[in-house]
Amino acid sequence: MNPKLPPSIPFQPVDYAAKGCHFDAVIAADKVVEAAALLDGAGFVLDTITGVDWMAEGQMELVYDFFRLEEALRVAVRTRIPRDNPEIATISGVYPGANWHERETHDFFGIRFTGHPDLTPFLLPEDATYHPLRKDFVA
Amino acid sequence: MTTVQASPVETPRETFVLNLGPQHPATHGVLRVKMTMDGEYVVRAEPVCGYIHRMQEKMGENRTYAQFLPNTSRIDYLSAMTCTHAFVGAIERAAKLRVPPRAEYIRVITSELNRISSHLVWWGAFLLDLGGFTPLLYAFDDREKILDLLEGITGSRLTYSYYRIGGLYNDVDEAFLKGTRQFVAQMRPRLKMYRELVTENIIFRKRLEGIGPISAEMCRQYGATGPVIRGSGVAYDVRKIEPYSVYSEFDFMAPTFPEGDSKARYLVRMEEIAQSLRIIEQGLDKLPAGPVMAEKVPRILKLPVGDYCYAVEAARGRFGVRIVSDGKEIPYRVKLRSPSLSNLSLFEEASRGMLLPDALALMGSLDLVIPDIDR
Repeated sequence: MNPKLPPSIPFQPVDYAAKGCHFDAVIAADKVVEAAALLDGAGFVLDTITGVDWMAEGQMELVYDFFRLEEALRVAVRTRIPRDNPEIATISGVYPGANWHERETHDFFGIRFTGHPDLTPFLLPEDATYHPLRKDFVA
Repeated sequence: MTTVQASPVETPRETFVLNLGPQHPATHGVLRVKMTMDGEYVVRAEPVCGYIHRMQEKMGENRTYAQFLPNTSRIDYLSAMTCTHAFVGAIERAAKLRVPPRAEYIRVITSELNRISSHLVWWGAFLLDLGGFTPLLYAFDDREKILDLLEGITGSRLTYSYYRIGGLYNDVDEAFLKGTRQFVAQMRPRLKMYRELVTENIIFRKRLEGIGPISAEMCRQYGATGPVIRGSGVAYDVRKIEPYSVYSEFDFMAPTFPEGDSKARYLVRMEEIAQSLRIIEQGLDKLPAGPVMAEKVPRILKLPVGDYCYAVEAARGRFGVRIVSDGKEIPYRVKLRSPSLSNLSLFEEASRGMLLPDALALMGSLDLVIPDIDR
């Protein structure tokens, strides 16, 4: 295990040449803020936040990508939440840069980030009531 | 009208909202900023994004990988080569395609030409923001030569779609190789002229020095990359830290300036043009012979189930792609991580308390491309 990684996050090594990522961890949804704080303390940068709609399984996945500025070390933290009530705590209190990524993920998937300071439409029109990246979205 | 508490004076100050954009000559493209002002001072500058949002990521989910490829030239339209590079890179990684060395070298050469042309647009537009009209004409004169060169091999002046899954659309010709050498030779004295004309100009320096300081820590917290973070003294460049393609075979520097002000970000880009010229020259010297497409790229491309990432150093910073495949012909999810979004996200914090014209200088020094934010 890489010493730069916080030991309490269950990271698994990933084949970088095949995947483009060094470590990957699947954690519970209520542990995300804690994991973000640990990675912040370890000097990681939040790359982006990605939602994935697994409609058949009734779940929404969130992928938080992090990288380091000093060396090639990319890690992803994933969690899944129920699709019919997609709600998860915001990490914008840890990484201010998460604010816009979470607003965008809310736009596209309808995932509510609890505690977010301003979860208004970011890229979609201000009166948008739809979430285009949900797999059941019909234009 | 809202009021803010101005310390140490107890009387509440009256503020007003100044709407900048979305159609405004100072904002380049359709960015709107809602500025709460206390006289000439910025209390809060809130960017309002999405005016040219096209839902690129949805388009990624309803067409094949090859069909989505042209979209990647239309995200950051000034740095189209690099965006396409990240997309094909992720697919090549997933499909285990071996891209021929000649194709990789040409990718590096064309990406660096594209970086220079992008920096030239920024240079001209930035100086236009600051009130200097003439430099734009010089910049576009030099940029025109790059566009002609790239048009010769790609057929397009901005939206190249030149990199294909497994290689390139076509090989470069003698005219391109000769013209590129000529351009490198011409551009070096032009950079010297740029320096004498603008960089050492006292009015210009007074507009930028110490203006809009951004700390390395603020860059880290917001995920700002590219010339923004290198202007805060951090030598983070994807080409150096996480080398892709054949960049590790090139001798070049990732210039940094520690001051963190608008001048530092300016100097980073100017130095980067010189470094890109070095890379292009080395690429031309070392260009191997051979094919420019991988063998046996399947006509119907299905990636194995899983996630695949690829990041490149675009002209504005780290551009990343994450593809989620469920084994079908059409991607399950295409995530595009654009540098302009993260670079702009620190503007509200960085511009607080600044004079309006200084805040605009800061915004110009971020080198924003709005379709890169809105996607």
